[in-house]
Amino acid sequence: MLRIEDISKTFNPDTINEKKAIRGINLHLYKGDFVTVIGSNGAGKSTLMNLIAGGHPVDAGTISIDGNDVTKLSENERATFIGRVFQDPMAGTAPTMSIEENLSMAYQRGKKRGFRLALNRQLREFFQSSLEVLELNLENRLQSKVGLLSGGERQALSLLMATFTNPKLLLLDEHTAALDPKRAELITRLTEKIVKQNHLTTLMITHNMDQALRLGNRLLMMHQGEIVLELSEIEKAKMKSRDLIEAFARLKGEDFVDDRVALG
Amino acid sequence: MGIVIGSLEQGLIYGFLALGVYLAFRILNFPDLTVDGSFPMGAAISALFITKGLDPFISLVFAGIAGGFAGLLTGLLHTKGKINGLLAGILSMTALYSINLKIMGTSNLSLFRHETIFTPLANLSSFSYTIFLFLLVFLAKKVLDWFLRTDLGLAVRATGDNSAMIRSLGVSTNQTIILGLVISNALVGLAGGIMAQYQGYADVQMGIGMIVVGLASVIIGEVIFGTISIERVTLAVIGGAIVYRLVIAIALYLPFISPTDMKLITAMIVIIALTIPKFSLRKIKKNESTQKSFSNTVMPQIKEVKREG
Repeated sequence: MLRIEDISKTFNPDTINEKKAIRGINLHLYKGDFVTVIGSNGAGKSTLMNLIAGGHPVDAGTISIDGNDVTKLSENERATFIGRVFQDPMAGTAPTMSIEENLSMAYQRGKKRGFRLALNRQLREFFQSSLEVLELNLENRLQSKVGLLSGGERQALSLLMATFTNPKLLLLDEHTAALDPKRAELITRLTEKIVKQNHLTTLMITHNMDQALRLGNRLLMMHQGEIVLELSEIEKAKMKSRDLIEAFARLKGEDFVDDRVALG
Repeated sequence: MGIVIGSLEQGLIYGFLALGVYLAFRILNFPDLTVDGSFPMGAAISALFITKGLDPFISLVFAGIAGGFAGLLTGLLHTKGKINGLLAGILSMTALYSINLKIMGTSNLSLFRHETIFTPLANLSSFSYTIFLFLLVFLAKKVLDWFLRTDLGLAVRATGDNSAMIRSLGVSTNQTIILGLVISNALVGLAGGIMAQYQGYADVQMGIGMIVVGLASVIIGEVIFGTISIERVTLAVIGGAIVYRLVIAIALYLPFISPTDMKLITAMIVIIALTIPKFSLRKIKKNESTQKSFSNTVMPQIKEVKREG
């Protein structure tokens, strides 16, 4: 489904601030794969995600989604294939617009937008039934401005908006990190449910080791712009978060102290 | 009475301007100064075509199109040329001054003895202009309301609200910014065209300060008539334009104020409309405190979660 061939990215090349963010990464995701990505701050996780989504162009290498080479496409052109939820609950929704208007915009993902009225009864009914999945009673608040919702509700709505058109690829960028533990748990549960229901191919960044082990069927660990460890479903099942930290320590001994703090 | 009717008529004409400025400033969140050039451009085009014998209504269509092109220029400068939005507007406005002179061939083009859209109404009741202009601007409001509820309209609104989000849904925000500016300046061009026909001439200077007039109308309208929904705001900004004209008319009536003070009064009205709500409305304070509490409660959590993992 997602095929990344030897991509690399350097920020501020040939300056004193040069940073090799991604160094020759290869990654293949098969249809229905749910891959969790962990790594210390600055490991290149978010950069990888931005390269896939088209926020930054790659320096070298190719990215293709479902057989379509998207390397040269802009962010909004790739949006046809990619649903995305950001860390910031404010980032995924338009606050001054209503829940139904936000959903309507997401429903039109990647389609040509014209002079058709964005809402009608049929769509509203579809949105209501979609919102029921979230179990937040948002289906009865279609006309509420999204800015009035709590962070958890907004993130749940963002998740729904990113997924309910069944994109080829779902990118989750630490989407539970900005929420309190209870809300984070809710969003994690919803993510599991929605991904399973729709068989979405998913790439999820997380800082939470337990979450990384619990969710998904593959796990990647990144360090200094490279994938340093990859676990299959069976290997993952045997791991505890302590083992993961130790595995990390063995691979990159020199940064162990720093990374225990970051991963810890 | 004459003052009131005159203010109503001019206010309704400025209603088109207010709708355009609302679209750029509030919906798109784009500080567009093109207005000072697109308003006289609409006037120039309309006056030129009327003097060439074209139907006055059709001349207004061209006034709108001309305004749209002015918006297109600013939009392209900003999105493709990566020029700061304010500067892009200033550049368009500056260029348009010369272009408008070229269009008219003179600095002032009179429509004396030419037929305008107002000619058939001249000898009817004293409210005929007002009713006619109200119908025109109400139609424009309705069309704008409708547009802002279409798929494309939603994308334009989201561009001003959360551009990263609407990009991630597959919309080119460059296109929506350009589209918004074209529609905005088309409305402004239309306002210019109607104003030229109303006062009987187009003048190259008539655009100066139009952006402040538009802003004043939008802000006054929002303060007085509220911002509950899009439909309400589009009506409110037209009301704001009328109130603005009334205030100006009353101010000019006062013995110690001369017509040369008008720009000063306009600026003061905007300043008052912008600052008064800060002192009186509790609502705004509440909003501020919720924003603060958000950053105080949520942000430390982000850091904590990162630390503890």
